[in-house]
Amino acid sequence: MTNKQKIALAPWVFTVGFFLLWEAACRAFAISSFVLPSPMQIGGAMWEYRTQLTFHSFHTLWMTFAGFVLAVIFGLAMGLALGSSKIVHAGTYPLLVGFNAIPKVAVVPILVIWFGVGWLPAVLTAFLISFFPIVVNVATGLATIEPEVEDVLKALGASKLDIMTKVGLPRSMPYFFGSLKVAITLAYVGSVIAEYNASKFGIGNLMARASADFNVPLLFASLIALAVLGVAMYAITAWVEKRMTGWAQRSGFAAG
Amino acid sequence: MSEAFIALDKVQHVYGGEGGVLAVEDLTLSVREGEFVAVVGPSGCGKSTLMKLATGLQFPRAGTVRVDGQAVSKPVKIAGMAFQNPTLLPWRTTLDNILLPLEIVEPHRSRLRREKAAYTEKAEALLASVGLAGFGPKFPWQLSGGMQQGASRCRALIHEPRLLMLDEPFGALDAFTREELWCVIRDLQAARKFTVILVTHDLREAVFLADKVFCMSARPGRIIAEREITLPRPRDLEVTYSPEFADIVHELRSHIKDARSGVH
Repeated sequence: MTNKQKIALAPWVFTVGFFLLWEAACRAFAISSFVLPSPMQIGGAMWEYRTQLTFHSFHTLWMTFAGFVLAVIFGLAMGLALGSSKIVHAGTYPLLVGFNAIPKVAVVPILVIWFGVGWLPAVLTAFLISFFPIVVNVATGLATIEPEVEDVLKALGASKLDIMTKVGLPRSMPYFFGSLKVAITLAYVGSVIAEYNASKFGIGNLMARASADFNVPLLFASLIALAVLGVAMYAITAWVEKRMTGWAQRSGFAAG
Repeated sequence: MSEAFIALDKVQHVYGGEGGVLAVEDLTLSVREGEFVAVVGPSGCGKSTLMKLATGLQFPRAGTVRVDGQAVSKPVKIAGMAFQNPTLLPWRTTLDNILLPLEIVEPHRSRLRREKAAYTEKAEALLASVGLAGFGPKFPWQLSGGMQQGASRCRALIHEPRLLMLDEPFGALDAFTREELWCVIRDLQAARKFTVILVTHDLREAVFLADKVFCMSARPGRIIAEREITLPRPRDLEVTYSPEFADIVHELRSHIKDARSGVH
């Protein structure tokens, strides 16, 4: 077997090995499914609750996606404003940092008071937690335009808007798409937190109920569902990034 | 040819407000239309400041800057610029990079979409004139450093500016490529008669290309010497090995030496 084949095979061997080891440990030490269910038991739970898991997964996916889209729109607009005006940047940055420092789980009770238990707190939490990296990245992209490029365009009589659309926006796109990978993961955290605390649907809510019932295998089955969803969303944004900003990923590092 | 095209009169410029760095002081010089002027001086003497003042990217603290008979109060719009760093946009092909000024400068801006084919042809002809025929669809990062410089120069010239500003454009290149590009810019200027201000620290480059060389003092920058270069045109690279050429370079060299040691 060549080295390359070994590397291609390694992730599968390690993943399968991990679950085998887990299963073996559960059996060898007779660990109660109440403490740590074995992979077999979790698989059983996943099959048993498959309709519920699918239904709630889609709900979570939907909440995350809605919050994420809001964050993209708002984050892009705010990032452009921050990156193009020094006054806006200086004025709003401390507020933004302060706001971002608040753990978003602490905001959920307020959202519940305002909007009641339902889908809105989940979407808003996903939004609030994920817009910050987008703002910061887009603003950074704009703020790091080479002054010489700006000079070239200004000497041609370019307006601020010209410089923004011809240079600023395309230049900040790799930063923007890069931030999406972080933002989607955060949005997901946000929607699950809100579902756990204040919703009737979603994987978060399913976990809250499973926890109340001491249904540990279902809890773990939900965790697996969350992992699968998270990886899928990350992969989609990574793919979009690669499609949209291929010019920025020309180094051998990124390609490898 | 008597009226000055660019005239700086007793210009003072300070960076960074009160108590800032005095970049240039009592700077006076004039350039005629169609003239090829080189500005040399020790590093940090305000050569680049001079360029920014003459194009309206910066405004003087004191004194006046006039371009084409008008006092400069905003970026001049008639200038093409090229720097040591080619500053091509990596998301655009070389051809699209060169067409960029046309997306900004009128009347091309409103015509570009309709007459795309004609403009593309013009850009390709310009590319060919700097030895880059057929490289239009390549991305800048697929070109060598010298090729990127060539493309950068095409971008500075595509809208047929009356004034070309070159800020150490050959600085980062090897000696052979540099001499090749000297000849390219020499021929372009001879053919189109635009005004050039070349900022450089290479005295041979200045003497070979320019009609007139200004020497600047160390900061705060002033003009300490002005030397007409009367070597006959067209000049061949061979001229750089002639005794007259060496004498002029020598003379300028001594000015720079004085400037560096602060005799002036």
